[in-house]
Amino acid sequence: MISPVEAILVVPAIAVPALALVSDYRLGAGINMLASAVSLVAAVFLLFAEHPRGDLIIVDDFNIFLIVLTSFVGFTTSVFSASYIAHEIEIGRLTPAFLRFYHAMYQALMGAMSVALLANNIGLMWVGVEVATLSTVMMVGIYRTREAIEAAWKYFILGSVGIGLAFFGTILVYVVAQEAVGEGLPGMTWDLLLKSAPALDPKLLSLAFVFLLVGYGTKVGLAPFHAWLPDAHAEGPTPISAVLSGLLLNVALYALLRFKMVLSANVAAIDVGAIMVTLGMISFVFAAFMLYRRRDIKRLFAYSSIEHMGIAAFAFGMGGPLANFAGLLHMTMHSLIKSAIFFAVGHIAQVKGTQRIAAISGISTTHPALAVLFALAVIAIAGLPPFGMFTSEFMLISSTFARQPALSVALVVGLLVAFGALVLRLQDIVFGDPTGKADPAQASYVPAFVHLALVLAAGLWLPEPVVQWFRIVAAQLG
Amino acid sequence: MALIADLLLQAVQMMLVVAIAPALLGVTRKIKARLLRRVGPPVLQPYSDLWKLMHKEAVLADNASWVYRVAPYLIFAATWVAAALVPSYATGLLFSWSADLIAIVALLGTARFALALAGMDVGTAFGGIGASREMMIASLAEPAMLLIVFTVALVAGTTQLSAIATLFATGPVGLRVSLGLGLFAFLFVAIAENARIPIDNPATHLELTMVHEAMVLEYSGRHLAMIEAAAALKLVLYFSLIICLFFPPGIAAPGAGLPTYALGISVYLVKLLALAVLLPIGETSVAKMRVFRYPIFLGSAFVAAALAVFLLFVSKGF
Amino acid sequence: MPSLMFDIAHLLAGSMLVLSFLLLYQDRIAAVINVFALQAIALSLSVAWQALVQDAPALFVTSALALIVKGFVVPTALRHIIRRLEIDREIEQIIGSGPTILTGLGLVALSILLMQPVGEVNVYAREDLAFALAVILLGLLMMITRRNAVTQVVGFMSLENGLILAATGAKGMPLVVEVSVAFSILIAFIVFGVFVFRMRERFDTVDVSALDRFRGERTD
Repeated sequence: MISPVEAILVVPAIAVPALALVSDYRLGAGINMLASAVSLVAAVFLLFAEHPRGDLIIVDDFNIFLIVLTSFVGFTTSVFSASYIAHEIEIGRLTPAFLRFYHAMYQALMGAMSVALLANNIGLMWVGVEVATLSTVMMVGIYRTREAIEAAWKYFILGSVGIGLAFFGTILVYVVAQEAVGEGLPGMTWDLLLKSAPALDPKLLSLAFVFLLVGYGTKVGLAPFHAWLPDAHAEGPTPISAVLSGLLLNVALYALLRFKMVLSANVAAIDVGAIMVTLGMISFVFAAFMLYRRRDIKRLFAYSSIEHMGIAAFAFGMGGPLANFAGLLHMTMHSLIKSAIFFAVGHIAQVKGTQRIAAISGISTTHPALAVLFALAVIAIAGLPPFGMFTSEFMLISSTFARQPALSVALVVGLLVAFGALVLRLQDIVFGDPTGKADPAQASYVPAFVHLALVLAAGLWLPEPVVQWFRIVAAQLG
Repeated sequence: MALIADLLLQAVQMMLVVAIAPALLGVTRKIKARLLRRVGPPVLQPYSDLWKLMHKEAVLADNASWVYRVAPYLIFAATWVAAALVPSYATGLLFSWSADLIAIVALLGTARFALALAGMDVGTAFGGIGASREMMIASLAEPAMLLIVFTVALVAGTTQLSAIATLFATGPVGLRVSLGLGLFAFLFVAIAENARIPIDNPATHLELTMVHEAMVLEYSGRHLAMIEAAAALKLVLYFSLIICLFFPPGIAAPGAGLPTYALGISVYLVKLLALAVLLPIGETSVAKMRVFRYPIFLGSAFVAAALAVFLLFVSKGF
Repeated sequence: MPSLMFDIAHLLAGSMLVLSFLLLYQDRIAAVINVFALQAIALSLSVAWQALVQDAPALFVTSALALIVKGFVVPTALRHIIRRLEIDREIEQIIGSGPTILTGLGLVALSILLMQPVGEVNVYAREDLAFALAVILLGLLMMITRRNAVTQVVGFMSLENGLILAATGAKGMPLVVEVSVAFSILIAFIVFGVFVFRMRERFDTVDVSALDRFRGERTD
């Protein structure tokens, strides 16, 4: 009987070569969905099974919820993707040959993210993030248009530089840990690092964190390292934008948070919280203002991702039980809502045949269900009640106000600015007279609605076990 | 008695460098000719040339000033003093307290300054070209030279040549990257300063390719003899520096007996000969560089020397 | 003789640094690839020496990998690419050689400064890490100041050389990590190669400044 952890790791490993060999794209999409479903089931089992701990793999309270979230969004996106690509083939944007590659890379991405989340070894986590980056780079450039290649190249260069610096930071952490923990594998494991954190040399640890922040911060999309993000989201296929925004950014933030935990345990090290708060604030204020002038719908929501990741970084930087709870909830809600938004955007792009906002309007007349979906999604991401994001933002604002009133003003201003931009665009897109094409929607609306339903449920009533869970992790985060 | 012995040893060094300078030049030319499949002039030809020049009439331009007349002597004197100070076969000689690396660089700078002034003095076009090119090379080579001085001084802890030579000959210096880089940089600088290929061709009189020759084009008779002798002395000086800084084993320590000094002299002559053979081999393997590529050539020397200095701080810390 | 051991380690790491400068300085693509191959060979020698000094036979595997993959496979593949794409011209730089190299010198000084705190923890690691960080930063400089996609790839590979040097400098890094790192680097290279071809196919050039026109922010 195979253990859940092994299943989560082995399934993508088998799926990648299988998908590379299968030539029928429908079969490929089916296998993709099946593999994602199996991973999801394994992740849910893992929730209730015993949490293993080894030198390379660890499952603890922090990463278990991210693993479940990742598998879930991975699964729903694969369902959406299966129905989405049929249309892409029809209009000739993708060929069946590319799709083999696309599905294989999708599973490779899922596998790499699982490795990164499950890893107990900081080097192994790095490898996971690197492979995940590489597979998304390949997928961003899959349309082979000039813009796509430019986006993929920029993503690759910036991502590689970031990942290189992150690796150097990893090595520095190992060098520091060697003194306290010993050589070899133990010097690279999270739990041992955390235990011996107070004994580590603070200056070197701080220096290491700077490298890690620049490296992994690039992958989270924090300003000023965000330059790759808008183009990569706009030019890649929609399911990839959904997974990038919803999952990969989270994994990178998770990596940063693990390191933050280690640094927080060491009193003499630099104040990581202050740095994260600053970067987070720069990110969300900058992104909020950038939302106004965007003319491409996917780029608009890419900036929204930067904004929300900035808010999450801000929350974790503030620290303390309430802010950390808010941050964790925000990560989860953002994952679900952003992927739902990208599903909706994908539908819109397909039925209208364009991504330019100026050319899209009057969806409510031509595709009422889609209009409802999109409107709800935008309301959710703008942070309105009764959706879950309102809860997290409200908690964050109240926690910040209690401690640093000036910062809470900045937070509120950023949120309001973004709100304004999103609502304006919503009006443009959903209402008004229909213009341009109006193809029938072929992809399934179900995944998006499922996500929104979950977010609504979370906003109305968060189940007690989940609350407990978040509280434990929030306490760990310090 | 001891004072006379010391004085004698120092005098031997001074005479030695002056005496062998033309011979060294002759060896270099002979080997270069052989490499180019010519017979070449006899090895002792430079002595004959100097003798001939000394006996010829010195022709001066009408508008030549006193600078023009004094410069050759000044150049020769400065170069000779510098060459006499560099430890060749023995360290700890009578005047070695003044043999400071930076002082030697300054002496050579004085000589160069006088030469450039003399080149511009008569107002010919060639003189101007030569002087300006020489100054450009100097502005690129001097920083590199100083960085090399710093490298060596940081390793040895002093800039006094005698002490450095002793330390490197007998002390625990080991195989150091910085010194390797310093040697590499120094070779480039030496080539530039001595006007050898690929920077300058000492046998050319074409406008496009002259640097040193352009400045001395107007000189004749005993003045030219002084300048030619100074050029040969400069070559000996740089060779001696290479030997003393980077390959010092064999140098005689102060207070040793006569056999040790004799050994010191022979070792020194052998090393000089080796360098005199390597130089033409290098010269015949590359072509002369265009003037605007000088910055690249000397820039590499600068980079190597700068790296040498930085790398010294890697182990020691700031 | 411990001093000699460290001197040789320095010599090998120092030669990698000098080769990084040489990389910055080349103006023909074929020369860039050759210098990179040399740097990979210097890397594998350095790693092999570390394996001897640290008594860690696992590092011999890394050394062999570096030699085969980066000293042989990658340069051959790059030469194949430039032959297929018929680019064998001079490389344009964004800023001239002079300022680039001066910046490089500044970066070397910066990395030595930055790695000072390491000295309090582990003196030997400091030197290796200082060299490694310098190579990394110089690789980064090369990526920034070059306009040709192939040389950007070489700059990235050079950065990775620095990373491997850093990894071996830290004693006792487990083999599984090193192997997976090497593996991911190889995949990164393959991805690069694919992209260079796509870029050529779509843009008819591998000059990355041609990509600038298609930056989304310009039209958006």
